[in-house]
Amino acid sequence: MSSTATRTQSDPARIAVEVQLRGLSRRYGSVVALDNLDLTVQAGELIALLGPSGCGKTTTLRLLAGLEDADTGRITVGGRDITRLPASKRDMGMVFQAYSLFPHMTVRQNVAFGLRLRRISSAHRDRRALEMLQLVGLETQADRYPHQISGGQQQRVALARALAIQPQVLLLDEPLSALDAKVRAQLRDQIRRIQLEVGITTLFVTHDQEEALAIADRVGVMQDGRIEQLAPPTEIYSRPSTAFVAEFVGLSNRLAGTVSAGTVTVRGRNLPLVDLSTPEGPATAIVRPEAVTLSSDSSGESGPLVGTVIAITFLGATSRVTVDLGDTTILAQLPTSDASDLRAGSRVSLTIRPDPVLVSADAPVASE
Amino acid sequence: MTAAATTETGARPPRAGRRSAPTWVGTVPFLAYTGVFLLLPTGIVIWNAFRRPTGGFTFSNISALNTSAVRTLFVGSLELCVISALIGAVLGAILAYAVASGRQDGVVRRLYLAGSGVLAQFGGVTLAFAFLATIGPTSGILFHASWFYDFPWGIALIYIYFQIPLMVLVFLPAIDGLKVQWREAAENLGGSTWHYWRYIGGPLLTPAFLGATLLLFANALSAYATIVAWEDQIAYVVPQQIGVALISEVGLVNFNQADALAFGMIVMVVIVMSGYFLLQRRAARWQR
Amino acid sequence: MAAVNEIPALGVPAEPQAPQGVRGLRASQRRRLNAFRYVAFTIFGLFFLLPLFAMIRFSLEGSKPGTWSVAAWKQIASYQGPPPLLPAIEITLELAVITSLVMLVLVVPTMIWVKLRVQWFSRVLEFLCLLPLTIPAIVLVVGLAPIYNRIERYNVSALMLFWAYVILALPYAYRALTAGLTAMDATTLSEAARSLGARWFTVMFRVIAPNMWQAILNALMLTVALVLGEFTIAYPLTYVNLQVELFSISRNTVNAGVLFSASAATLLVAFALLLILSYVGRRLRRGRP
Repeated sequence: MSSTATRTQSDPARIAVEVQLRGLSRRYGSVVALDNLDLTVQAGELIALLGPSGCGKTTTLRLLAGLEDADTGRITVGGRDITRLPASKRDMGMVFQAYSLFPHMTVRQNVAFGLRLRRISSAHRDRRALEMLQLVGLETQADRYPHQISGGQQQRVALARALAIQPQVLLLDEPLSALDAKVRAQLRDQIRRIQLEVGITTLFVTHDQEEALAIADRVGVMQDGRIEQLAPPTEIYSRPSTAFVAEFVGLSNRLAGTVSAGTVTVRGRNLPLVDLSTPEGPATAIVRPEAVTLSSDSSGESGPLVGTVIAITFLGATSRVTVDLGDTTILAQLPTSDASDLRAGSRVSLTIRPDPVLVSADAPVASE
Repeated sequence: MTAAATTETGARPPRAGRRSAPTWVGTVPFLAYTGVFLLLPTGIVIWNAFRRPTGGFTFSNISALNTSAVRTLFVGSLELCVISALIGAVLGAILAYAVASGRQDGVVRRLYLAGSGVLAQFGGVTLAFAFLATIGPTSGILFHASWFYDFPWGIALIYIYFQIPLMVLVFLPAIDGLKVQWREAAENLGGSTWHYWRYIGGPLLTPAFLGATLLLFANALSAYATIVAWEDQIAYVVPQQIGVALISEVGLVNFNQADALAFGMIVMVVIVMSGYFLLQRRAARWQR
Repeated sequence: MAAVNEIPALGVPAEPQAPQGVRGLRASQRRRLNAFRYVAFTIFGLFFLLPLFAMIRFSLEGSKPGTWSVAAWKQIASYQGPPPLLPAIEITLELAVITSLVMLVLVVPTMIWVKLRVQWFSRVLEFLCLLPLTIPAIVLVVGLAPIYNRIERYNVSALMLFWAYVILALPYAYRALTAGLTAMDATTLSEAARSLGARWFTVMFRVIAPNMWQAILNALMLTVALVLGEFTIAYPLTYVNLQVELFSISRNTVNAGVLFSASAATLLVAFALLLILSYVGRRLRRGRP
């Protein structure tokens, strides 16, 4: 296919670089957008910044791109300090959330634009533009205008345009947020495939946790201008380091319990702890719904883990069951086949798988 | 949305034994009104342009326009229109850019937009008086402009006064339509400010700018009150002469010359406005 | 999992560490832009305000140069001329009212009706409403002359001008009203009202029209401003309105103070109307949830 795209092999001048952000801060008036942020993106890695609106993820990206100035801090790319460098000289490719493409240029002209600015001859420009379009699978649309192609196709063209200039870093600002769900999933995988093939250091901003978990090498969960946890997706999910991360990524049950001797006792069960240094005493355990299993209860006895089904939400392969335990509700997630004989009002008994759980000092709130 | 598709629940049942009138009847008052007071006069002008005073079809009214006096009038109109449209367009574009690049909600923007709304209408007799008071050769309080009564520059200055606000009103939406992402994408790809305007901003704004300039041209072409208040003895432009032909003080009203001249104006304005509408459509295509 | 390349970090710090706390280039770009804006606003502001200022200054001039007097303003009502000003003012104000009413009664129901029931007509409606922009007033008056000659037979006053003034106001009223109609989802509102049992009359006048009252107000004010400043139709047809009278006064008595006070007054009224409108519109936008 396009061997020039794997430039790590063919083009020694453009090898994967490491990106370092040190002590970045930015405020808008009285609002603190970024609070002394540190982040290192290793060469060739894709880091997804995940978080709610206003957490600072887009600000981080824009500071890296040079579209905003940091109040304090330093940005280093490939060992070179670029903090004072204007955006047009930073050699990064960016894909915006929407309205990326220039409406008066064809797809081909859009992709070749960066090369035109670099005074590359028109023959080389066209060839490179075509290669990039082949990379994203849109070479047949080269002579169409942006308003003639779909939203997903527009974003692919935007990606081709960003990569055409062989940037050192690829920046994606919620590129899939404006697209339909189905297109989003396809495009997400395609972006990841291309990123791996090209081997470019990438920063991907999103508010969709499924996206982040699916494509990233590491995920940085952000809140209020700080990174709460930066870790591979599996770790973010199964070993969240703060309550915010646990709640933002995936669903969770918050159950009252007591910590002692390295375990937390929740409704009569002892569960191991993620963090063994958790202080003893009352606490809230965060339990994933898929760690909760159900069985129909025909014995009629009551207990801390016996309750009544309130609702069943069918999600296709899995189903979510909300159970009323009397003093609280708990959410369980199980394969649909296991839930087939459950109805609203069924009595069930639950077990909690002994996965290590995170404990937070906040008071428990009724889970969803 | 035809009358047939009215099967809503709870709607009143149709009145028995009475057929309701077709819905287009509702447009009749409007059609009648514009028919009599807009289309009919226009038709009269076009019709009379080709009629002899005694009746019968003729081209002679039109060919009678081919005198050097009338040609001078048309050239005068063109001069005044081109000057005031071009200068008004450029200055108006600059002001529009200044307004557009500020805060959407700001006081300045609202003030200038409201001001443009008023000033674009502020023409005619009062405007001429205002300029007389400012730079009139004998009475101006700012200074006395000896060139105030020179054609075309004296009157062009007055025209520019209402051309600029009109330009702001018409061109500002186009500038607002430039998405910030295009600017940022251009920068990100390595372009400087100049590159952005040369390859992106400029090409995108050009149809809207040209269209707006044409609109200004048509606006200047049609202006009558201002130039009559400025100078009512000598006719420099076509509208003035039309007025003269209509109000001849001798008592003889030269309808046919008025009609012929008016017809000439219609032709010019229609050409210009068609250009304007075409360019507007072109510009709108990219605003999607 | 990740295709991390085994490339040693290029740890060559080519540039010294940037000083902490220094704002970068975008701030300076923004400063340059703001400087340009302030300069532009000042220059243009002066250009637009000077003639207005001169007019007001002239209107406050006393009998000896350098003295002040409001005589010119008092004269707006009392000027005897020749020709006298007050009758012309009265006629113009009456014309403004009549034109506005006719415009309201003619255009608003038609636009609502077309939007709801006769949609194919909306292109025709738009064409007719914007046509006066293409047919200049000075051309229109040539064709109106014979028509007004007929009307003259019934010996009516300058108030008959309103027939033509409504046409002149059409484009501005149409644009204002369209903005109002499209801002609310007229079709959905009318369908909702109809499904609750309303007849078309009720839908139009109790559902749609009240919801576009800002646009209606806007159209009214544009109409009033237009009538106050109209000259091109009245003068060739030898009717007398405010602007024609001011013109006559200026030909009789050059630099009469009342010319400037009356002009300034007209302008201030128009500007006040538009400011009120924009203020009311803003209040309502804020108040909406």
